[in-house]
Amino acid sequence: MTNLNELTIADARDLLRKGEATAVDLTMACLTAMDAGDELNAFVHKTPDIALDRARAADLRIKAGDAPAMCGIPVGIKDVYCTKGVLSQAASNVLKGFRPEYESTVTQNLADAGAVMLGKLNMDEFAMGSTNEHSCYGAAVNPWRRDGDDTPLTPGGSSGGSAAAVAADLCLAATGTDTGGSIRQPAAFTGIVGIKPTYGRCSRWGVIAYASSLDQAGPMTKSVRDAAIMLGAMAGHDPKDSTSADIPVPDFEAMLTGDIRGKKIGIPREYRIEGLPEEIAAIWDRGTAMLKDAGAEIVDISLPHTKYALPAYYVVAPAEASSNLARYDGVRYGHRAKLSQGDGITEMYEKTRAEGFGHEVQRRVMIGTYVLSAGFYDAYYNRARKVRALIKRDFENVFADGIDAILAPISPSAAFGLGDVADSDPVAMYLNDVFTVTLNLAGLPGVAVPVGLNAQGLPLGLQLIGRPWEEGDLLNHAYVLEQAAGFVSKPGKWW
Amino acid sequence: MSIDIDTARKVAHLARIAVKEEDLPALAGELSAVLNFMEQLNEVDVEGVEPMTSVTPMRLKRRQDVVTDGGMADRILSNAPDAREGFFAVPKVVE
Repeated sequence: MTNLNELTIADARDLLRKGEATAVDLTMACLTAMDAGDELNAFVHKTPDIALDRARAADLRIKAGDAPAMCGIPVGIKDVYCTKGVLSQAASNVLKGFRPEYESTVTQNLADAGAVMLGKLNMDEFAMGSTNEHSCYGAAVNPWRRDGDDTPLTPGGSSGGSAAAVAADLCLAATGTDTGGSIRQPAAFTGIVGIKPTYGRCSRWGVIAYASSLDQAGPMTKSVRDAAIMLGAMAGHDPKDSTSADIPVPDFEAMLTGDIRGKKIGIPREYRIEGLPEEIAAIWDRGTAMLKDAGAEIVDISLPHTKYALPAYYVVAPAEASSNLARYDGVRYGHRAKLSQGDGITEMYEKTRAEGFGHEVQRRVMIGTYVLSAGFYDAYYNRARKVRALIKRDFENVFADGIDAILAPISPSAAFGLGDVADSDPVAMYLNDVFTVTLNLAGLPGVAVPVGLNAQGLPLGLQLIGRPWEEGDLLNHAYVLEQAAGFVSKPGKWW
Repeated sequence: MSIDIDTARKVAHLARIAVKEEDLPALAGELSAVLNFMEQLNEVDVEGVEPMTSVTPMRLKRRQDVVTDGGMADRILSNAPDAREGFFAVPKVVE
């Protein structure tokens, strides 16, 4: 029998309902795996007492016959979610010691559904990064390694701890957030599933903000079915987030029919960028063939403004970040610098922020400050917002032409070595996000599905992009791709 | 667009982040690289395009303008680096 921590949510749910395992058994198995997985640096704050309390409560609920699908399921929570009384630092020294007095809506929804929190997961500071190296806790490590090579690899970012924990079976599933690809890219780097829902599907209340018009919460799981189950528990209208959508959350799992015959899949030609590595082009072609074999019609489409998504993103996101991160001033929470004789409040702000923010966060806050400053606001920020409108229009046009979903690569490469991208070359670092930022700008849902291994034995994934609010239909496409790909590989355990 | 050292110093001050004088040239270089990358946006014809303000056309919700919460000063101050007598404490602001 599979170890309990290796189960999918769906299989664990079935065992719990049949009484063949308890939530406490599942939780103990995960806590043991979590403690044995310290080398991965995925869990940065462990909450075993909370986990066991919730597991016992879940067992009572299951016995009483009142158990939603997530009841008794042990999950990890990205450090960016505020969790009451539990350290929530967004991997930043500026929030050192911060224990929120409140619970984020998404984690509250999960708790209400009976889910068991095991602890908080590593990430890039304030979700800014694609490698998890920009973290006050140090980098999380990918459980996958290249064949015959023990070079430590990045799990991707920013939800790198979430991805590493799920891929290494330290938990059954985890929460992530995706501002420019932070769920999908780490999912691809670790061979798991992750969905960024439509902007507004999950409440942002209590999720420490990076770029508010782009941030969106979503699940990271071992299967598409699990993503459907967990998204259903996380999503829903929340009066505390004015951008949360007041529309019903369907039963996503029930929409996994496995039938996409007659659906139109768009293949965007602009994503076949110059220098696209052969292995990425090959996996994209294979995924396309799988959907065609499943009865879908493959259509060549154009999204003409794709090339401008990355520069538009790196104007809009830092601009919003510079505004959101203004709150870290050493007054209300977190770090305050030690002051010298004669220092006033300005020195307190400047020293606190210099000490508390990591290099990448400082850089993005300053870029944002610059593009919003007098004289440059129109040239950069307003222009980027207009380009963003054009990028969104590109997608609206292809969907109006009858395209049901778009298939595209997620990242220009498989997982690479920790330290391979120089911190001093921000533009090279940002190029990792070239395929993922487009749909954050457009607000669309996108799901990462593992499709195969490259020549070095590392997972490669593809993303499907769907129409707004149609995550159910999108997940059904992902389910078909998952079934056709039959990806069952797991990282060899070295930790 | 190239950022000089004076501009880098000014941006750092606007962002309220202390940057050492000797670190300004590297910062100016990094900011210039990113801004050069953004220059591509000038190739796009945005004539007559309305800036995107919301992701989906949704009317923002309204609520009653009433007090819904309060009376929890101790919880609000619980994470403050320096709180005294029910207030946040900061260095002297007025000269």
